[in-house]
Amino acid sequence: MPGFDFSNYNRNAALHARGMPLPKATSTGTTIVGCLYDGGVVIAADTRATSGPIVADKNCEKLHYISSNIWCAGAGTAADTEFTTALVSSQLELHSLSTGRKPRVVTCMTLLKQHLFRHQGYIGAYLVVAGVDPTGTHLFTVHAHGSTDKLPYVTMGSGSLAAMSVFETQWKPQLTRDEAVKLCADAIEAGIWNDLGSGSNVDVAVITAEKTTLLRNYLRPNERSQKLGRYVFPKGTTAVLNEKIIRKEDLSKFVTVHDLPTETGDDKMEIDA
Amino acid sequence: MAAMFSQNPLMNGPNYSVNDAPRIGAPEGAREHRFDPYTDNGGSTLAIAGADFAIMAGDTRLTSGYSINSRFHPKLFKIGGTTADQKDATIVLSVVGFAADGEALKERLDAICKMYRYRHGKPMSVKACAQRLSTILYGKRFFPYYAYAILAGLDEEGKGAVYSYDPVGSYEREQCRAGGAAASLIMPFLDNQVNFKNQYIPNSGEGHALVERERRPLTRREVEILVKDAFDGAVERHIEVGDGLQMMIITKSGIEEVLLPLKKD
Amino acid sequence: MDHRPQAWGRPRDDVYGPYDASYLHNNQPKTATQSPIVTGTSVIAIKFKDGVVMAADNLASYGSLARFTDVKRLRPFLSTSVVGFGGDVSDMQFLDRHLNELAIDEAYEAEGCSAGGLGSSAQEPDASPGASKGQLNAANLHKYLTKLMYRRRNSFDPLWNQILVAGFDSASAPFLASVDLRGTAFTSPSLATGYGAMLAQPIMRKYAATEEDAAKLTRDDAVRVVRECMKVLFYRDARSLDRFSLAVVTRDGVDISEDEVLEQQSWAFAERIRGYGTQTV
Repeated sequence: MPGFDFSNYNRNAALHARGMPLPKATSTGTTIVGCLYDGGVVIAADTRATSGPIVADKNCEKLHYISSNIWCAGAGTAADTEFTTALVSSQLELHSLSTGRKPRVVTCMTLLKQHLFRHQGYIGAYLVVAGVDPTGTHLFTVHAHGSTDKLPYVTMGSGSLAAMSVFETQWKPQLTRDEAVKLCADAIEAGIWNDLGSGSNVDVAVITAEKTTLLRNYLRPNERSQKLGRYVFPKGTTAVLNEKIIRKEDLSKFVTVHDLPTETGDDKMEIDA
Repeated sequence: MAAMFSQNPLMNGPNYSVNDAPRIGAPEGAREHRFDPYTDNGGSTLAIAGADFAIMAGDTRLTSGYSINSRFHPKLFKIGGTTADQKDATIVLSVVGFAADGEALKERLDAICKMYRYRHGKPMSVKACAQRLSTILYGKRFFPYYAYAILAGLDEEGKGAVYSYDPVGSYEREQCRAGGAAASLIMPFLDNQVNFKNQYIPNSGEGHALVERERRPLTRREVEILVKDAFDGAVERHIEVGDGLQMMIITKSGIEEVLLPLKKD
Repeated sequence: MDHRPQAWGRPRDDVYGPYDASYLHNNQPKTATQSPIVTGTSVIAIKFKDGVVMAADNLASYGSLARFTDVKRLRPFLSTSVVGFGGDVSDMQFLDRHLNELAIDEAYEAEGCSAGGLGSSAQEPDASPGASKGQLNAANLHKYLTKLMYRRRNSFDPLWNQILVAGFDSASAPFLASVDLRGTAFTSPSLATGYGAMLAQPIMRKYAATEEDAAKLTRDDAVRVVRECMKVLFYRDARSLDRFSLAVVTRDGVDISEDEVLEQQSWAFAERIRGYGTQTV
């Protein structure tokens, strides 16, 4: 298996020793949860990504695809959760093709824990693994050091205690699909309001033997308030020191140019008056 | 004033990511365990001076680490009134940083203003109060009040006055200033919208010869809108800012207080 | 020969090498707690329409050892207020003794006032319920403790506690506030120290997000919420106990019960657990 490139290790250790801090990774300071119910499993996550005290992404996706019947919620270093789940997803797909069987949740969990244990916690991925396979419905947590847990309801991330307070007061052994979705969404909301590392919206995924339903932005309790002022500038407000125009015709000597339709929608930025 | 732009010159603040800076003098692996008298309680403040008013604003969230201690903890204080409820005060102090130091600083300045009134039979001017605050801060130069203070009031001519401080007493009178956790997010916005920085008059010249947009005093309504929009923006992008917005508007007829909700996530 | 008194009776330098006199010049500030030893975990409290409910378990831990299992961490003050202590137990006992002296002084002063027979003062409406006129109410007590804690942090000799104070303020409204080892003070409709800040606050904030919400809660509601929180804390805080103290402060006075036991615990989930990974039996 191709691994990591450590060729800069000595250089970086020397820089570090002279007081240079490590670069800051985006972390999904996060609340993620999962809960089994009669007939399936629900996982949920908030959508805030942070870099130190700054919100790096207000609506990021922390529910990762592993296979059609297995999904993963990730907390910790954003890059590690994304790459680790992608790696395992691909291994599982190949394994599934070679055996001709549907991937199992225990296989996914075992691949994850062995990969994470091999890297001794340096891959900062904290995951909630959930899925349905021919052996039943499963819910696991996997810590960065490689330990796993199998429980009927789990929470992870900086908001795990806030979310757990909801489970510990409201969870019951028999739950319907809607009750489980409500419970998980409430748990994420507890994280959103009480934990500074978590915020914005609630994403939910419901996995049953038949299908997986991804409820992206299931709750949006944090819509941005309307701006009161108008911040548009007359054209020419910004100083232009020099100007050089490269025309499409000149450019097409080097590359092929296609015209794309201009973007429309709510995300369009306000430009000049 | 350079100290205001550097983030936290005194300490590292709460450690959100692993604090990897090597400890000087401590052997590898050794961890010194002793009392740290400071913490950062987050939050942000902002003050803008107008032609005949000054506005001070601050959010009301008090944090420690990733937890919210209180959703309503005021950072703005009326200073130097004759009564406990400060209803005849004319000066407002805002403090952000370490809440216990902020509280101590406020109580000390208030006591001094009250003594001044008792001895001289008149309230302290903002200018005098501003100078006194500077000496209070510098008096603790080697065990500083970890608080970014802003003082606002009306000067002798009735114009809005804003004085901003660093934790050890360097101060300056300014048109506007943002302080605290989201200062670096709010200040560029203020530069552009209050002092019209980086705005030129279109077609007034070529390149460097462009004429800058002329500054004009903003109206009270304009400033209130700027303050609300500045904080809404800060709340979106800084995790320690939120819950409530406390605003104090200082005019010749007194101090008006406004409370607005902010996002609570 | 060195004739200074400091050199009397010491081994001679030329024979034994320079004498280590470092213990003589003690320039460091006097300090007591530099790190907590025997500790109490969370204290939680919530306001309701007629007062405040506070709870803390009866455990004092020595590191991870559950050392003392019958320690009372809620303390009444002048039968008008309750003080709850988290953190170092020796510092708690120091503060307890200090508050006791304060209460006695206050009681003497109040006695002196009433014995003086100042009839005019009896006419005025009593500002702080339960407290005689001029006696410290919870807001005064909290201010006092804040100043005490901040002064100790300034002398680098902190009292290693986080304290909750419950009672009434001078406007006779329910009062709840916190102060910690650095002198940071704040109030909120519900408060919790230690793990309670992360596990119990989310629950309490659902019932009392604002002062208005708290003013709608009944005493029974508030006690039920606090008991629920103590249960969650016992489930998830490894340094907690299922025996706890519960205090209710109302205008009628302080009601502390110090041998509460958690009831109706639910360990139903445990039956279905099989291993931690691939195990199925």
